[in-house]
Amino acid sequence: MAERDLEAAIAVTRFGLGARPGEIAMARGDPRGFLLAQIRREGADQPQPGAATAQQRIAEFRDYQKDRQAAKAAPGSEEADPVKAAQRLLRTETAVDFTTRARLGTTTTTSFRERWTLFWANHFTVSATKLQIATVVGPYEQEAIRPHVFGRFEDLLVAAETHPAMLLYLDQAQSVGPDSQLVALMKSGAGRRQGLKAPQAARLTGLNENLAREILELHTLGVDGGYSQEDVTEFARAMTGLSVGGLRDRDQLGAPIFRSIAHEPGARTVLGKRYPVGGQGQTAAILADLAAHPSTARFVCTKIARHFVADTPPASLVARLEQAWTSSGGDLARVAEALVRAPEAWSPEPAKFKTPYEFMISAWRSVGGVPRDISVLAPTLNAMGQKPFSPPSPKGWPDETAAWASPAGVVARMAWSQSFADRAIGDRDPVQLANEVLGARLTPRTATAIARAESRAEALALMLMSPEFQRR
Amino acid sequence: MTTPPSRRQILAQAAGLGLSVSLLAHQAQAAIQGRKLITVVCRGGLDGLSLTPPVGDPDYRRLRGALAISDALSLDGTFGLNPALPAIHAMIQAGQGRIVPAIATPDRARSHFEAQDVLESGAAAVYGASSGWLNRTLTALSRQGKVEALSVGPTAPLILRGPAAASSWSPGRTIEATARLPTLLQDLYQDDPVLGPALARGLATETMAMAAMSGLSDPSQNAPMGSYAGGGVQGLQRQGQEAARSLGGTLAGFMRAPGGPQIAALSLDGFDTHANQTGQLANRLAGLDSLMEGLRTGLGPDWDQTVVVVMTEFGRTARPNGTGGTDHGTASSALMLGGGLKRGGIIGDWPGLKDAALFEGRDLAPSLDMRGLLKGVLSAQLGVEARDLDTTVFPDSASVRAVPGLV
Repeated sequence: MAERDLEAAIAVTRFGLGARPGEIAMARGDPRGFLLAQIRREGADQPQPGAATAQQRIAEFRDYQKDRQAAKAAPGSEEADPVKAAQRLLRTETAVDFTTRARLGTTTTTSFRERWTLFWANHFTVSATKLQIATVVGPYEQEAIRPHVFGRFEDLLVAAETHPAMLLYLDQAQSVGPDSQLVALMKSGAGRRQGLKAPQAARLTGLNENLAREILELHTLGVDGGYSQEDVTEFARAMTGLSVGGLRDRDQLGAPIFRSIAHEPGARTVLGKRYPVGGQGQTAAILADLAAHPSTARFVCTKIARHFVADTPPASLVARLEQAWTSSGGDLARVAEALVRAPEAWSPEPAKFKTPYEFMISAWRSVGGVPRDISVLAPTLNAMGQKPFSPPSPKGWPDETAAWASPAGVVARMAWSQSFADRAIGDRDPVQLANEVLGARLTPRTATAIARAESRAEALALMLMSPEFQRR
Repeated sequence: MTTPPSRRQILAQAAGLGLSVSLLAHQAQAAIQGRKLITVVCRGGLDGLSLTPPVGDPDYRRLRGALAISDALSLDGTFGLNPALPAIHAMIQAGQGRIVPAIATPDRARSHFEAQDVLESGAAAVYGASSGWLNRTLTALSRQGKVEALSVGPTAPLILRGPAAASSWSPGRTIEATARLPTLLQDLYQDDPVLGPALARGLATETMAMAAMSGLSDPSQNAPMGSYAGGGVQGLQRQGQEAARSLGGTLAGFMRAPGGPQIAALSLDGFDTHANQTGQLANRLAGLDSLMEGLRTGLGPDWDQTVVVVMTEFGRTARPNGTGGTDHGTASSALMLGGGLKRGGIIGDWPGLKDAALFEGRDLAPSLDMRGLLKGVLSAQLGVEARDLDTTVFPDSASVRAVPGLV
């Protein structure tokens, strides 16, 4: 019986985003079944059904850039200050995107599904560190990631890599084949006759390898997966033409488009395989082969195991996930099931240190609350080193304890826990709360400290900062 | 710059936090006395050919095309300095700085993450060490006496991660002096090998930060980080530079305070200039320049006992790419700055930019292994023994010679 209690707690706190009151009790009947029931073909929940699309957001940003030119002609007025206008835009829209996603995290009854989804969004990182991407990150997650998290990996891969957000983030949209018609036009002066203005022409002049490299290194094979610099360059050549509609493309503004005149002509050879002459089809074919590559299964399953179970995951666990991946042709629902059924994933010791986002979400869940707006999220996440939507690089947020458990990070968590506890505890009984929220994972030492606290708020702060709550 | 906070001020703050005195470092004399080392990692692959443009090299303009810099600050017949670095230029001209124009780690994968790992771990290859070379330096020095180290930023960088304890500080935060929670948590964490030490160090650093900041009279130190004060894009950039300068000044304040860190590690982001690089790079470099100016002014007389090493994980392609930027390359430049440096010319050699001289036909070739420069600094500035440098601080590096005579 005690084992079942522990498993119920593990199901909710390790696989999920932390227990809401009563949630561990709900999982107690069948902890594995509780998790398996959260896997579904339709994919993840949507924080904002019916929200603006990426295309609409990109078009909006281009309009702002146009207005900025006009504003330069009438400087001095507050309204016209282009940076203030941009900050208003980014503040409200990005703030809503992030807050609704955080609210989903705090309220969902299927938090394993949501943790699984956050893993994939991080794996295919698009970061708001680039100004023009900030308002597109939310729609990107909703459109490219969430629908595919329990589908085939290849479908998720294609959706993520060909989404305008990714094409802009990793500079693919402006990549042009050196031998393409477009470059030839530029060189011959015919481009100007075709109506391409000089600055636009100057920007679209050559090959950019950024996306190709990151697909190979971070999203599929992994840095040791067996590709060469030449593979990166050939892949980049194949992807030329993949772009995003600009102002001149009128109603295609912000939409993914294929500029065949920018595409590098010819057959391509990537990882020893020849891809015949083709347009967009070359990219699709290469992505399909990358998805099916054994290094991809190994690399990605290792990341899944690391995220859910331990900084250094047991080889047997990775092998189980790989087996599920390979035997199902990359069916992520099968991989998720294998994770839930893996004995290695149920070890009692809390081994994973929560990231700042995970920590804050689990704190709200513990009191059955929701974050009111961005102001209760962003400043704290910034202080803890996890600025909303803004991983510092395409590698995404790190997944190891050492990255987050810095002295400054721990002090920031402590300061926040204190003020959060003051506001959130109300009349609740902290001892009862700790039992409900940690279940069998609550240690005697923490329970004693909570019981001896001077105030309810102090008790809750102790629970939030306890070793077992800081981990999962 | 006002006087650094006194030991009495720091102890008063500590008492308010319920800290016992033993948590704060004692004067770290013995081994390295007042000498200081600061590492600045520019993340993203800083373009050495823009940092220290070889304007006198006959192939420079041809290779670089539109990215060639025409208004470089002059250094010598071959090299100039990016025009966004006037303060660093002044240091170099005063004999308080030297450039290293063609240096690289041993890693050739051109991957940020591998290369930063190798740069910060000090290993010969990726995954070669799970701790940072600066952390292992602390262990080597600990035989001679206690040395305090500090990383700046909310997460702990690999360069200072490892068994030797180091503190971290993130600008812009304070904790209430009368809180009980810190003491209660110290109890709760007594058996936790991660949270216990992290909390203890974090609290000790906060104490120093509060004392150091209350000792600084400049009101801009108290401006909330990240608030926008107007002035358009230029205003934002100026603000960024002001923030960098004030960060340098505050860090200097910590390092001068009794018991303060003598070794500090910072990083700067935003150097991965794949597209339209000229403006972006000028902006990031202006931030570096302001940071250095803030450090130099803030350190006052201690500047003469300080060495700063500015480095990056790799350089960039010699030729521009198709989008007004450059792609991942191999060798880049490093900078050595500090009041106690021995005067000298460039460190390492200049392989030139002829096609045959380029690495794999595309990148500046390295003339010096990064570990050789770092060994030279650690040996001359901190007195780390050669035996330690060749085996524990930089594993399997006996064949890499330390650059001699730097300080």
